[in-house]
Amino acid sequence: MKTRHIILTLIAVIILAVIPQHADNYMLRIATTMFMYAILAMSWNFIGGFAGYPSFGTAAFFGIGAYAATLTQLNGMSPILSWIFAGLVAGALGLLLGLALLRLRGHAFAIATLIVAEVLREIANSWTDFTGGGMGLNLPFSSMTPEQAAAYFYYVMYVVCAFTFLCMLFTARSKLGFGLRCIKQNEDAANMVGINTTLYKTLGFALSGVFAGVAGGVYASLTGYIEPADVFDIMITIKAIVMALLGGVGTIFGPIIGAVAFLVIDEFVWQNFLEFHTGALGIIVVLLVLFLPLGLVSMGRYSIFGRRTNK
Amino acid sequence: MIYLQYLVNGLMLGGLYACIAAGFSLVWGVMNIINMMHGAFIILGAYIAFFSHSLFGIHPFFSMISAGLIVGAFGYFIQKGLINRVVGKPVLVTLTLTFGLDMILNNAMLAAFTADYRKVVLSESLGVAEWGGVFIPLDRAAAMLLALLLILAVYLVLRNSRIGRGILAVRCDREAAALMGVEVNHTYAMTFAIGALMAAGSGALMSAVFPFSPITGYLFLGKAFIICVLGGVGSIAGAVAGGILLGLIESFGGMLLGPEHALTLAFTLLLLLLIFRPRGLMGVRGFE
Repeated sequence: MKTRHIILTLIAVIILAVIPQHADNYMLRIATTMFMYAILAMSWNFIGGFAGYPSFGTAAFFGIGAYAATLTQLNGMSPILSWIFAGLVAGALGLLLGLALLRLRGHAFAIATLIVAEVLREIANSWTDFTGGGMGLNLPFSSMTPEQAAAYFYYVMYVVCAFTFLCMLFTARSKLGFGLRCIKQNEDAANMVGINTTLYKTLGFALSGVFAGVAGGVYASLTGYIEPADVFDIMITIKAIVMALLGGVGTIFGPIIGAVAFLVIDEFVWQNFLEFHTGALGIIVVLLVLFLPLGLVSMGRYSIFGRRTNK
Repeated sequence: MIYLQYLVNGLMLGGLYACIAAGFSLVWGVMNIINMMHGAFIILGAYIAFFSHSLFGIHPFFSMISAGLIVGAFGYFIQKGLINRVVGKPVLVTLTLTFGLDMILNNAMLAAFTADYRKVVLSESLGVAEWGGVFIPLDRAAAMLLALLLILAVYLVLRNSRIGRGILAVRCDREAAALMGVEVNHTYAMTFAIGALMAAGSGALMSAVFPFSPITGYLFLGKAFIICVLGGVGSIAGAVAGGILLGLIESFGGMLLGPEHALTLAFTLLLLLLIFRPRGLMGVRGFE
């Protein structure tokens, strides 16, 4: 990051902080979703971007976070604590899964993570006593007015998003980030020169879980109602990957730029084609993969948004 | 005796599953591409059979051929025009591309055919045979036999025809095959076409057995995954073994735990297998 990047970032931070005083609920809602998408894309970036492991497990972390936050809140925990708890639970899941699944590479890893989300959804669906089954769960009723709630959750997602970004920045510059990028380039060689690949991959996967889990927890409070099909939806994973691809996989600013671009496309262009929404998303995916595989960040002669971290 | 009945049910499911997975496994093994569109191809084949039956009165067992050819040709052009550009790229790229294509195809099918469940209702069913207390629905048995015949045909094509030997050659060594005069892009497209043909063919066969809708495509895709991991990627024999194994697991698992948990059981087994024996029960090492 150069000085002008820091200045640009600071300006963005201040503008975003004062927005709730000047925007209506609709805009706030969109901005909140945008933060959530950015968190998910950044969380995916830890494992998929830095380490190059094609994780399809974002939905699993998101869903487990949503359920952890809801169940603890129903048992009397305060919302903020429950979100932190959600992150810890999802991180622990990532740690455990990582130890088992990260021995796989390529397709096998992608499928295994995909299936984890499916299995968790089926468990949530059938364990009716604990999770409410297919009927879902209602969260405790909040006493805020719709306006207060919109502004409140805007700030919550904002803070989580900023925190995720800082953690990602810190990771990218730390030994962990360096190790993950080595793994992406050549795992066997990285292992041979003394990088503890198992530990690094597992940590990256767990970090990926923590932030997706917190996002899931806040999402649960935001909507006030969760059900398995909604929070373990495969589309959550796909959107996170598409946003990272759109912005630039493995870069610092890529996921955020991707989230903003994705939401703009999603909200203002394709809301006019409700019948062909999934197909339109599919068209974006295909065009991206074929024509812009390195993302928006890679456009232009010189790098506008900072160095590519995976070089 | 009841166990024998479940065994027969499982075997009949397994034949169809084997046919689904064989095409999927072929594409995966030869090009190292997971075709997320496989489920949609199956459903497309089922729709072709459904409309052939309702509009022209053609029996699904015959429209299996037309469905296979139509969807196979479609697959040829998809591979030639789009997927060939990314063969050999990292998993994330290939997987996301076919997923994006699947989203488009699936959405198009939803728009064209709606999400209503359909099923071919045969006016003259072959009936049910009873043999020593075991009931065998003959339509299903015939569908299973046709599925196995299709697999056998593909196996023979791979072994004996020019294009089949080309596919095997490209799979072993792409560069060497290209040097020997094999047209790699055409061969890849033919591989994909054969995969799509098998998907649509089994879809047509299943249209009379299971109710289907565009959204059930993912179910079959998931099963194709499981079978490939069970049996190992890249061999027809592995797909057949894995398919029959999955049929038996679903049949007996459904009996022991209730049918709603059968798929969860299969997925859990799959996870364990991926962790402890990632190359599958019959797979070969070194083809990731």
